[in-house]
Amino acid sequence: MTVLVLLDHEAGAIRQASRSAVTAALALGDVHALVTGDAAVAAAAARIPGIAQVLRATDAGSAHDLAEPLAALVASLAGEYSHIVAASGATAKNVLPRAAALLDVQPIPDVVSVVDAETFVRPIYAGSALATVRSSDAKKVLTVRASNFDPAPAEGGSAAVRDVTAPEAPAVSEFVSIERSKSERPELDSARVIVSGGRGMQNEENFKRLEPLADRLGAAIGASRAAVDAGFVPNDYQVGQTGKIVAPELYIAVGISGAIQHLAGMKDSKVIVAINKDPEAPIFQVADYGLVGDLFEVLPQLEAALDKAG
Amino acid sequence: MKVLVPVKRVIDFNIKPRVKADGTGVETAGVKMSMNPFDEIAVEEAVRLKEKGIATEIVAVSIGVQQAQDTLRTALAMGADRAILVLTDVAVEPLGVAKVLKALVAKESPDLVILGKQAIDDDMNATGQMLAGLLGWAQGTFASKVEIADGRAVVTREIDGGLETVSLALPAIVTADLRLNEPRYASLPNIMKARKKPMETVAPGDLGVDVTPRLTIVSVAEPPARKAGVKVESAADLVARLRNEAKVI
Amino acid sequence: MTEHARETMEFDVVIVGGGPAGLAAAIRLRQLAPDATVCLIEKGSEIGAHILSGAVIEPRALAELLPDWRERGAPLNTPVSEEAMLYLTESRGYAVPMLDRVMPHMRNHGNYIVSLGDVCRWLAAQAEELGVEIYPGFAGAEILEEDGRVVGVATGDMGIGRDGQPGANYAPGMELRARYTLFAEGCRGSLTKRAMAMYNLRKGVDPQTYGLGIKELWEIPKDRHRPGLVQHSFGWPLDDRTYGGAWMYHFGENLVSYGFVVGLDYPNTWLSPFDEMQRLKLHPSFRGFFEGGRRIAYGARALSEGGLQSVPRLTFPGGALVGDAAGFLNVPKIKGTHTAMKSGMLAAEAVAEAMAAGKAEPASYTRRVRQSWLWQELREVRNIRPAFARFGMKGGALYSGIDAMLLRGRAPWTLHHRHADNEVLESATVSTPIAYPKPDGQITFDRLSSVFLSATNHEEDQPVHLKVRNPDLWKTVNWDVFRSPESRYCPAAVYEAVDTDTAPRLQINAQNCVHCKTCDIKDPAQNIDWVTPEGAGGPNYPGGM
Repeated sequence: MTVLVLLDHEAGAIRQASRSAVTAALALGDVHALVTGDAAVAAAAARIPGIAQVLRATDAGSAHDLAEPLAALVASLAGEYSHIVAASGATAKNVLPRAAALLDVQPIPDVVSVVDAETFVRPIYAGSALATVRSSDAKKVLTVRASNFDPAPAEGGSAAVRDVTAPEAPAVSEFVSIERSKSERPELDSARVIVSGGRGMQNEENFKRLEPLADRLGAAIGASRAAVDAGFVPNDYQVGQTGKIVAPELYIAVGISGAIQHLAGMKDSKVIVAINKDPEAPIFQVADYGLVGDLFEVLPQLEAALDKAG
Repeated sequence: MKVLVPVKRVIDFNIKPRVKADGTGVETAGVKMSMNPFDEIAVEEAVRLKEKGIATEIVAVSIGVQQAQDTLRTALAMGADRAILVLTDVAVEPLGVAKVLKALVAKESPDLVILGKQAIDDDMNATGQMLAGLLGWAQGTFASKVEIADGRAVVTREIDGGLETVSLALPAIVTADLRLNEPRYASLPNIMKARKKPMETVAPGDLGVDVTPRLTIVSVAEPPARKAGVKVESAADLVARLRNEAKVI
Repeated sequence: MTEHARETMEFDVVIVGGGPAGLAAAIRLRQLAPDATVCLIEKGSEIGAHILSGAVIEPRALAELLPDWRERGAPLNTPVSEEAMLYLTESRGYAVPMLDRVMPHMRNHGNYIVSLGDVCRWLAAQAEELGVEIYPGFAGAEILEEDGRVVGVATGDMGIGRDGQPGANYAPGMELRARYTLFAEGCRGSLTKRAMAMYNLRKGVDPQTYGLGIKELWEIPKDRHRPGLVQHSFGWPLDDRTYGGAWMYHFGENLVSYGFVVGLDYPNTWLSPFDEMQRLKLHPSFRGFFEGGRRIAYGARALSEGGLQSVPRLTFPGGALVGDAAGFLNVPKIKGTHTAMKSGMLAAEAVAEAMAAGKAEPASYTRRVRQSWLWQELREVRNIRPAFARFGMKGGALYSGIDAMLLRGRAPWTLHHRHADNEVLESATVSTPIAYPKPDGQITFDRLSSVFLSATNHEEDQPVHLKVRNPDLWKTVNWDVFRSPESRYCPAAVYEAVDTDTAPRLQINAQNCVHCKTCDIKDPAQNIDWVTPEGAGGPNYPGGM
């Protein structure tokens, strides 16, 4: 079996998430990679160990990863592959289902575990349950959750690169512009790091003391329901069942006791840090790293430690 | 122009789903169901297009059991003009839904299909893209802004780390993301009026579509509980561990 | 009132509340007057969402309303097959012998263990089939009155921000005008409360007394499930002065309804109904059933315990009170569904008659109640609950002492009902503190993880629906005298005393509210007014609850 992996790139390098997808694909068979972008990107893909061949899309429509030509390209290449895989992300979610439709295949998104060549585990209901599904399609189209697969190394391989082009089709869409998020605070549901405050922040004024830490980490700021109810911050800060479900790489809970609503809203975070003066606070039961102490003393120490570490 | 808005009946977003003891799925009996929140946003966007004089008719569609009528009634109360229920007891996958919608598009000839980016039950995030693929139409997924002018839809999309704007030839598919708008309430007077709006029922077979699922659910389980980690002694220790051990900063 | 114009719709009858009383009234109305337009509104997000009961129900009223209820598939599927009343000491449980004779009202032969929420969902389907218009998700927020007559209700505005100003999604409430309005809000309904005041309906009757019921729904291992088993308990962990006990019913597919009721005339300010309910599960008489099981739902609701003596005047120009809004629960029987339904049916009959005769007040309702088995039943048991009144008496006497000694007669409220539940609480210094065990996370749990299982939700951006009339009173009364009893009696962690070491103040987590109404009843100074939040807010109890 040979698997085609769609790789995503940024600033000339293959994204780490895509290298995780390579790991997932290697569990299924030999791996070919499809990249868009310039020769440098294709070269970067070729250096990932385990990739046997790199297909480089060269047509103009691929430049901005527009779904219509890219999906048509993937579908046109699909013939020789048993699986088509990509890391879950905006590009793959835009392109792969469309390609799957062209192939008359039901895609399997957000795979967290590969059971066998046709059986996969994926979260449903925002992670409240894990479904194991078996596909009866001849080909499988899947996206994988990068955090569940270790990324393949970036260097060490030497695959051949071959140019491919999408089949001719009328252009129904055009790229207009892209606006990268500025350095200002990221949105809660897309932030890589979240610093969240709870009742322990005591008041609206003190809640602002989270900002220097969030600035240093490029983090979004969230809040527990209790902090919202107490009026420290507006309700769009709320993380939790009735607010938002978040799953950043790093979640720092400051002065949050860990009410179940809050835990339900952030328990899928990759790494959870809890800072609380009450060693019995439920938040410590889910935290990877717990620091018991007065948050008003800990916060400046953390900032200092981050500055020192550079 | 005519807008088609597919909506799905799902377990209400306030309800924490409960995995059945026998692992065959999630308990839905007696559980409150509502319109998929992303679909509500799609309905709202369609209604705003109509209020702006751009859309002339909004047709809401749902594929599912008889009670999906309630979901359609909500769409009608929010401002859709009429509704079509594609009645089936099968849990239809996005591929099957896209095929049903393709058949309805052939019948209704809308200029725009707008739907939620994903349903909060199966979290597939696929139907809009698949329908676009089957129709060969342009797609603007994860939309946070939609402008219709000169036969095109200019869609601002939420992508990793920013916003991308694309211009789509109509007819096109748009899938709604959270920030597109804040849906209105279905007010009581409008719910009352919605009872009188037309609702048509068809079967997938009437449309010549086979909706047999391609995926078999082997089992459904609760995710493993998270375990407590370590207590660190100082802020410096914490930073060092986040850097060297967890590698997240 | 708002400046925005409200739309209006006219009906013959508007019913506020989609519980057994309101639904039975709606069904009976359409049976008697098929042309009458009947509109029922319910503040829960769907019918059943706010219904909380044990429940063992007696099918008597149901059989009168819909004689073919079996054929129609009413969800009464588990007949009571075995029952016991247990007296508990801390480590033992003793079954009361010859239950049939000692407590004849407790006999459950012919009764069914049900999910009352499911029964209401089914009743709603029957009502809709008969042409009743049912609108869940809309709260009755205001009584419309003209020339001394109730002419309907207005639903609450939607989309009012926390600051009280209309937000982007503002949708004004709607006037539902009706020739007759039935209040079927259940215990301590907020509009019922206003109607009672408007028409002085409680004049000359005893004050209402209440209980708080807290319930959990469990799924237990099949080998421990005994469908049809009904157990009740009294005694431990409550002291002699506190009325209450537990229930456990086995029904459905491995489901167990477990719950606990405490009389809200309890005197000890340190008492926490929630924690009593939790620790009772650890008693050897119950514990074994929970082991290996999982808790799937949680909720709480106040209930009326006053009985016959506390039933107010039932009618007023333009309408009537039905069900537990009027206080028709049969306490010793621990049942109110059949009486609620019966009262709804009788009110419907009176309304149909008044409608035909063009009378403003469905006055024959009172006579119909007095001539029915409902009255007979309540009459027979009328002295049982008041026999516990000595606790209330004692509490009342102590209260007078507290008033004299601590407040020195400067209490900022006036006592009208000497035995209302809020008046009997004893001060923190007089009351004996209670040490509750820490939750084990397996059988016993904390409040917040419990509230989570009620699936309660309120749109965050709306005014707090628990109105503290005089915020200053909290410190001088609730904190200084009683040490914040609301933080203990509230089963949903809505109330928290914070900064207790420095400057104690009350934190209200309104989003957690499960609409049990206990605060409205038990606040010592009657300083908390429970008003309806935005429609569809509150718990979302699942099927089986």
